[in-house]
Amino acid sequence: MFKVSGLDLALPDRVNRPLIGKAPEIQILKGLTFDISSGEVIGIVGGSGSGKSTLGRTLLRLYEPTAGTVSFEGRDITHLSEAELRPLRRRMQMVFQDPMSSLNPRRPIGAIIADPLALHGLDGISARVDRALDHVGLPNALRHRYPHELSGGQRQRVGIARAIAMEPDFILADEIVSGLDVSSQAQVLNLLENLVDELGLTLAFISHDLSVIRRLCSRVMVLYRGEIVELAPVEQIFDAPKAAYTRELLDAIPLPDPNQKNW
Amino acid sequence: MTAFLEIENLSASLKRQRVRMLRSVSLSVAAGEVHGLVGESGAGKSMIGKAVLGILPAALAIDEGEIRLDGEDLLAMRPADRRRAIGAKAALIPQDPLTALNPSHCIGPQITGRLVDILGWDKRKADMRARELLAEVNIDDPDRVMASYPFELSGGMRQRVLIASAFAANPKLIVADEPTTALDVTVQKQILKLIREMQARHGTAMLFVTHDLGVVSKICQRLSVLYAGKVLEQATIAEFFADPKHAYSRALLAATPKYTDPGSSLVPVDSSVTDLVAAEIEAVDEGWRLAR
Repeated sequence: MFKVSGLDLALPDRVNRPLIGKAPEIQILKGLTFDISSGEVIGIVGGSGSGKSTLGRTLLRLYEPTAGTVSFEGRDITHLSEAELRPLRRRMQMVFQDPMSSLNPRRPIGAIIADPLALHGLDGISARVDRALDHVGLPNALRHRYPHELSGGQRQRVGIARAIAMEPDFILADEIVSGLDVSSQAQVLNLLENLVDELGLTLAFISHDLSVIRRLCSRVMVLYRGEIVELAPVEQIFDAPKAAYTRELLDAIPLPDPNQKNW
Repeated sequence: MTAFLEIENLSASLKRQRVRMLRSVSLSVAAGEVHGLVGESGAGKSMIGKAVLGILPAALAIDEGEIRLDGEDLLAMRPADRRRAIGAKAALIPQDPLTALNPSHCIGPQITGRLVDILGWDKRKADMRARELLAEVNIDDPDRVMASYPFELSGGMRQRVLIASAFAANPKLIVADEPTTALDVTVQKQILKLIREMQARHGTAMLFVTHDLGVVSKICQRLSVLYAGKVLEQATIAEFFADPKHAYSRALLAATPKYTDPGSSLVPVDSSVTDLVAAEIEAVDEGWRLAR
């Protein structure tokens, strides 16, 4: 579905901007090459600052790469204009980390899900909203509620409902369970797993926590400072990690076991 | 060991709606001991920490109970005395270092301010102490960090600054409110080790609030499992992880991801477990409402 080769991205460094003139650029992504095939769930893992969110946003062409190419279903989208991208936007959706800041606090849930549908000129909006809510297991009565009236787990479901209502082919989930407690985290992960099966979605799941990835993903990409240090099937990442950084990430996960080694 | 912090039958409720938030919570923490408060969001874990530090939101009232810090009953004191007692003996490590630090001031004054203004230290002495502490939390160049603004530091650095700041006035008790939730796993490991070292070296009693049983197993000696403001189980760490007694504790453990076990499915806490606890709580609350 996605073919990425030699992807470079540099963004202006606003912190060290001189008083006059252009800000210096920081190289965030360095020559990434990989594919994402249709129907696959790929995990993107790394520490903070490793470029995982930036990579996700570049896939969706929210950033324009400085070098390399990104193609989506055989079509080169590296330098498409916003107008040319618009019809593709419906097919790639995103679920955000913090539902409180990605859901408009002044709009009821129904409208939050319906707005992007209207924007893309789809028909039968009300029925689509119903279906989306049903898919994520939220009662229809919640349509008239506002984000602050929901729990963290429910809000994250609204974020997912908004994405799947567009009937996309690809969803980018950026740290969507980091803000949730373990029980809601398990609920959202199970829901996502079912939706991938049911709707035949392709999913890129970004996380800094490898432990949530084992269940969901078939392949895992480990990023470190903008470079791929390991890209392998999920079993291999967990059972026989090649890169020292992957090992380090695994060791840092606190297991619910007081006798864990290396702690 | 005598307990440094003792909470006995502490209950709190929302003033207006008559909704109970804490239900007869009792626990004690000895000097040098780390006590974990575990539960889902909304279980009242942070609330207990806030009650101890005297910073409960104004909408909440404490209905009954005692909080004894070093043998003194905080709730029986006049507010000014209470603030002084808490300020001298207790401190907080907050969750989110970005909101806890003032973005428009340098780090230095934010550490020393409390020492100078509230505890009446000499400014030079406070400065020395701040430098000393920053070195203790493994910050290489304390001078540069003291002169930096919060946005110039990474998340891990900011959390180190807050840990240094919490230990500044030699508190006997520290409330750590999800101090590593905002950090990624590798930094979390460093910070947990650092907190554990600092706590052991200073012999501080600690209330450690978290939803992550993995974290609890690494840093605490005892824990209380909370649901809806009620303590469901209290145990030592070894006892708890070998044999959790309460059905809810077992459900919470089952929901915690374990990457070493490929077959493990993540099981959300089942409503049959929580319904049972809720029914128990409702029966007690009924009596409470009638009594008012």
